Amino acid sequence: MSIDHPRVTARFPTLKDVLASPTIRSYSTAAAILAAGIGIGGILFFLLLPTLIVLPMSLSQTDYIEFPPQGLTLKWYSAYFNDPDWMAATWFSLKIALATTATATVAGTMAALAIVRGSLPFRSTLQALALGPMIVPHIILGVALYLAFSPLQLTGSFLGFLVAHTVLAVPYVIITVTASLQRFDPTLELAALNCGANRLQAFFLVVLPNIVPGVAAAAVFAFLASFDEATVAFFISDIGGKSIGRKMFEDIDFNLTPVIAAVSTVLVATSLLLMGTVHLMNAHKSRS
Amino acid sequence: MTRSLTPLSSSPSFRRSSSARFYSPTASLALVTPLIAALLAGFLYPVARLIALSFSGGTLSHYRRVFTEPLHLDVLFGTIEVAFVVTVASLLLGFPVAYLMARLSKGLAMAVAACVFIPLWTSVLVRSYAWVVLLQRNGIINGLLIDTGVTEGPLKLIYTEGAVILAMTHVLMPFMILPIYSALRALPPDYVRAARNLGAGPIRAFVAVTLPLSLPGVFAGSVMCFVLALGFYITPALVGGPGSMLMATLIGQQTTVLLDWPFAAALSTVLLAVTLLFVLLFRRMLSLSKGLNSVY
Repeated sequence: MSIDHPRVTARFPTLKDVLASPTIRSYSTAAAILAAGIGIGGILFFLLLPTLIVLPMSLSQTDYIEFPPQGLTLKWYSAYFNDPDWMAATWFSLKIALATTATATVAGTMAALAIVRGSLPFRSTLQALALGPMIVPHIILGVALYLAFSPLQLTGSFLGFLVAHTVLAVPYVIITVTASLQRFDPTLELAALNCGANRLQAFFLVVLPNIVPGVAAAAVFAFLASFDEATVAFFISDIGGKSIGRKMFEDIDFNLTPVIAAVSTVLVATSLLLMGTVHLMNAHKSRS
Repeated sequence: MTRSLTPLSSSPSFRRSSSARFYSPTASLALVTPLIAALLAGFLYPVARLIALSFSGGTLSHYRRVFTEPLHLDVLFGTIEVAFVVTVASLLLGFPVAYLMARLSKGLAMAVAACVFIPLWTSVLVRSYAWVVLLQRNGIINGLLIDTGVTEGPLKLIYTEGAVILAMTHVLMPFMILPIYSALRALPPDYVRAARNLGAGPIRAFVAVTLPLSLPGVFAGSVMCFVLALGFYITPALVGGPGSMLMATLIGQQTTVLLDWPFAAALSTVLLAVTLLFVLLFRRMLSLSKGLNSVY
């Protein structure tokens, strides 16, 4: 054995020595990885937490917010489904969202065709304008639409909401369908035209079947852009017509009950189901 | 949405499609007519009317109020400051998540991606509501703090600027994570391996290779976050209070409480101008960073 046994050498190990020893090195690497893991785990928990708490809250028996809930009940859901105000707002929003899906998908797909395949003199201006409602703060659009619609008695009306939400939803459609069209080989469409198909036949028999996943995804985005929209809806709603977003905003501000948690859970389930389907569809497509 | 940034220009079908513009001008015009009609009725005419109202009375008196009253200037600069803080916070918290998503094995990366997509797909209203419930006086976080003995009485968490920044960071973080993830995914792992082979340590390889090549994603995500934060309404309106007024909530207050529509229109026009200014400014920066990127 060597004579300089640690206890014999007088020098006390410095921090540097400790950190340099192989065992500690691997320990500190492990500790660093653990710390990073905990840190990122914390961030992911922060991201998920708000979505995750609405379900247990909606099942809580107490009418004030309690976490974790003491007992489970479905009474807030039945309160939601039996409240005429909530139901009116839900049906109104659903009608608007379905109509918006139709108008935004059709207008957006047509525009995407012209942008990708057509010859437009002012193409980049039009593209920038069409994407404008995504960049312009929604509060400005809300105030502007109220000012424009109010004298025409369009506030709180189906038509008013349809116009406003179509403008808000159409950028998502244009972006999605443009991307699909750019991946689709245009010579197939030219071949169809060469073989005697007219423009409409070429579109419906050749182009559309090829871009239909993109159009379907665009329709889902359009539906949710309308159904989950609250800022513009806040301004163009009135007593006669109130969207679910406006109703929720009011209740969070003035009447915070677990009914909102029940409505939130329904909204979250709808969005996750629709977006999850689109996501899985696209993942499946890109794999095959 | 998670499509990697494969250079579209190198795929043959794209090159062909960009030269294949075979719809006649008349047909093209017909195709964009519904879009133009919708934009005119639901976007251009209303915004033009709003701007016109801000100059009502033929004077600039409403703008004078925006720029001379200290309260309103404070709100304007406060909004830019909050947007900046939210962008930086999203970047600091979002970068590690994006990095992990790009580097982990498929199954784990999917799990992390789910943590990013689930909040993104949750309505902003629902998320703001959840933050109200978490932060309120007798809410979950205060309950936890009292139970664990950190504080004796409930803390004032909600209706503060901190609450606004926290909730806005939460809402906008996915818009930061996804572009950075795309940039990192497009980065071939060979580059990092080559750097390590040439003797760089893990930190040096990250700083010299991964970080610079992720910058286009960082810029894209930051612009997105910042611009969205400038005009945010729902979250600050529900989570913030009178002490944490932003441009959007000030406009909301002018229209719903004080009913001063011409002044609200002037505030809106200023916010619109600031937003467009930043979009144009950062767009140049964005393309500049892409230009730098192509040098590598």
